[in-house]
Amino acid sequence: MEAFNLKIFRYDPEKDAGPHWDTFRIPYREGMTVLEALLRVVEHDDPSLAMRYSCREAICGSCAMYISGWYRLACKTQVKDALEDGTVTVSPLPHLRVIKDLVVDMEPFWRNYERIKPYLIEDGPPPERERLQTPAERAQYAEMVDCILCGACYTSCPSGVNNEEYLGPHALLWAARFYFDSRDAGKDERLNRVANENGIFRCHTAFNCVETCPKHLNQTEAIQRLKAEAVKKALALRR
Amino acid sequence: MLSHDIVIVGGGLAGLRAAIAAHDAGIRDVVVVSQVTPVRAHSVAAAGGINGALGNAEGGRDDSWERHMYDTVKGSDFLADQDAVEVMVKEAVPVILEMEHWGCPFSRNPDGTIAQRPFGGAGFPRTAYAADKTGHALIHTMFQQAIKRQIKMYQEFMVLRLVVAEGEVRGIVALDILRGELVPIRARAVLFATGGAGKIYARSTNNLLNTGTGMAMAYEAGIPLKDMEFIQFHPTGLWGTNILMTEGARGEGGYLVNNQGERFMARYAPKAMELAPRDIVARSIQTEINEGRGFNADGPGGGYVHLDLRHLGRAKIMERLPEVREICLNFAGLDPVEQPIPVQPSQHYTMGGIDVNVNGESRVRGFYAAGECACVSVHGANRLGGNSLLDTIVFGKIAGKHMSEFVQSGGRSRDAAADEAALREAVRAVEARIRALEDAPGTENGGDIRQDLRETMFQKVGIFRDEATLAEAIRDIRRLKERYRNVKIRHTGKVFNLDLIQQYELGGMLEVAEVIAAGALARRESRGSHYRLDYRERDDANFLKHTLAFRTPEGPRLEYSPVTITRFQPEARRY
Ligand SMILES: Cc1cc2nc3c(=O)[nH]c(=O)nc-3n(C[C@H](O)[C@H](O)[C@H](O)COP(=O)(O)OP(=O)(O)OC[C@H]3O[C@@H](n4cnc5c(N)ncnc54)[C@H](O)[C@@H]3O)c2cc1C
Ligand code: SF4
Ligand code: FES
Repeated sequence: MEAFNLKIFRYDPEKDAGPHWDTFRIPYREGMTVLEALLRVVEHDDPSLAMRYSCREAICGSCAMYISGWYRLACKTQVKDALEDGTVTVSPLPHLRVIKDLVVDMEPFWRNYERIKPYLIEDGPPPERERLQTPAERAQYAEMVDCILCGACYTSCPSGVNNEEYLGPHALLWAARFYFDSRDAGKDERLNRVANENGIFRCHTAFNCVETCPKHLNQTEAIQRLKAEAVKKALALRR
Repeated sequence: MLSHDIVIVGGGLAGLRAAIAAHDAGIRDVVVVSQVTPVRAHSVAAAGGINGALGNAEGGRDDSWERHMYDTVKGSDFLADQDAVEVMVKEAVPVILEMEHWGCPFSRNPDGTIAQRPFGGAGFPRTAYAADKTGHALIHTMFQQAIKRQIKMYQEFMVLRLVVAEGEVRGIVALDILRGELVPIRARAVLFATGGAGKIYARSTNNLLNTGTGMAMAYEAGIPLKDMEFIQFHPTGLWGTNILMTEGARGEGGYLVNNQGERFMARYAPKAMELAPRDIVARSIQTEINEGRGFNADGPGGGYVHLDLRHLGRAKIMERLPEVREICLNFAGLDPVEQPIPVQPSQHYTMGGIDVNVNGESRVRGFYAAGECACVSVHGANRLGGNSLLDTIVFGKIAGKHMSEFVQSGGRSRDAAADEAALREAVRAVEARIRALEDAPGTENGGDIRQDLRETMFQKVGIFRDEATLAEAIRDIRRLKERYRNVKIRHTGKVFNLDLIQQYELGGMLEVAEVIAAGALARRESRGSHYRLDYRERDDANFLKHTLAFRTPEGPRLEYSPVTITRFQPEARRY
């Protein structure tokens, strides 16, 4: 392949009444990622293109977009894996307000993250040395800490569409991350915050988040584990 | 006009730790101004770990801050200031424990203590880690603590100018990226924690945003940059993309192998082998490639050697180095469980930076710096792996605390009218520069100049240097500065204007590059990462001193300052 078409969603609030698409012809290089192709557009073809990026190695969470029909990180996606009939199609994460081109307003996403108290809750002053935590205890939440807060799962979740009050898979995953950490002393409060209609009970196990997550995390499993805890707690209270 | 007690620029580990320290010391009006949301900062990519003499590992039980100090000073090729190193290594254990108390998910030993792995220059386990995603674990924990304290953040604000008048800091001018407005912010004290300048180089492991803008702004404001000629090349960047293959891979037992199948480090560092310090391993690899024992010597992308993990076995790779494997699968299409990894030395870290003392203070009252953009100096001519994350947290914390004392004790003069006048003046200067960029002839493409700059730096101010190539590099950079005058901002919209940001920062990159090359040309010796083919020995009689570069219209003016030596006299460095 010598070159391919890069079809990009465009919207500039300062001059466009509505969105449109632009297509650029990009020379191909073996191993090229979608992010590289987009940066080439900024440098050579159209400097007005807007997008977010930072690490270029799938660890910072900046560049989640909707690429050729699926939610992906632009930096992690090889052009050759996103080609459909010689074209890569790129648009912003859906269901969020578009600020410009591929840049969306992530405010609802961050707000929901903050709602679950995303920090370790300590009971009393810390010990002299580290709190002991065995590898098995760490394994209870180890996978969940890999979340890079990219927003792909949040915007792919059908339970969240048109409902900003729903915490979303990322926030619920982080609630579980702390809940299952042997060092956390906020278990009751955490469960109270998420065990409701805008939390774990709105999850209808559509598995979009699991399918979407570029870090291969299992948000649905985390939510189910929290549900089990909530049920256990409710039963204990009834005794 | 916006006004705050303390303004922290940069939301990486150093910036957030400073903001938290200032807050906890009683200054509630502390704000973080950051180009990207904190978890997107370069710190998130740090992989291998953070050093501290916890003494948790088999083989490292008798570790002590003194041993950590000796290794750091020796690693620095005796250019580090030993009083500063002592502060850092003594604080190492407390700050690592503090991160643990705040919930950082460190990997654990079977007894539940924090796990530690060996890193280069220590040779036994001193590096605490969270799999191979230590930076990710630390920055998320730090961000969470900032959220807990409800520290105010101006996110996606890019600072374009540091405002100094009469030897005192007045504030900053930022660009609100989402709105395109220039926002002056008055402050009683300002800290820069803006990270490194790696993207001045081709073949770099750094985040795309590490362009040294903070260093350039301080330099422009009259503050010297220190020891900038010391640029670290990491031995193992993934060939092609130069994404980092963490030193943890060698810490866990990975081998370096040439095209003859030899573990060639036996030739260069027979005792430490793959765990010699980075400068030595990087030069050894490049020597193998240059002498024909690498792969792809003349092919596109340059030569490489193999980093072989296969003998570690699938289970260990999956447990200790999962990110290494992910990156290889995604970006090189190979599985290190089954294939060796092609690696080449890649620019990695800026040892030099804004000249500050142990408290993070610069010579401008109320202006501080911490983290990779600063030079305290604890890394000297060569930083040991795992000491940078430590540097960011220790000196971020100390600087934040010191700033709060500075502000609480009255700080600098507090004439609001004078501050506002200085800030308005600065806004006009920034506007004028932007206008000049908009009015430029546009016969040059900024992207091409960046590319040329990066190649010049890698080829001529790289791993091996000499008089002729360094002088040539300086001529090249001056020519690029000329070409830069013709670069035009082609997009004039306000909202999220990447063109404006990129062309503006290119000006600063050229300045910083010139400082690196000028310092390297003047330093006629080899020390740590700075290796001169025409002066192969370290020369303590003439060069056991720090380089200070001051900005003048004719280019950098160099001065020197003494190195602080307390416990360890310089000696030959063998591994
Ligand atoms: C791939 C990789 C792996 C590494 N692994 C390790 C390791 O295992 N151990 C170790 O000790 N070290 C490691 N390092 C080094 C270490 O990660 C960095 O030196 C350290 O994280 C720098 O932190 P910082 O807080 O100084 O800056 P950064 O984390 O770079 O943060 C800089 C901040 O400043 C902001 N900023 C910059 N300019 C401006 C501006 N003009 N206006 C507003 N904001 C601005 C940025 O947006 C960012 O928020 C690694 C480095 C790399 C490249
Ligand atoms: S859980 Fe996965 S998809 Fe969701 S924000 Fe985190 S990394 Fe992104
Ligand atoms: S640029 Fe960091 S995840 Fe893509």
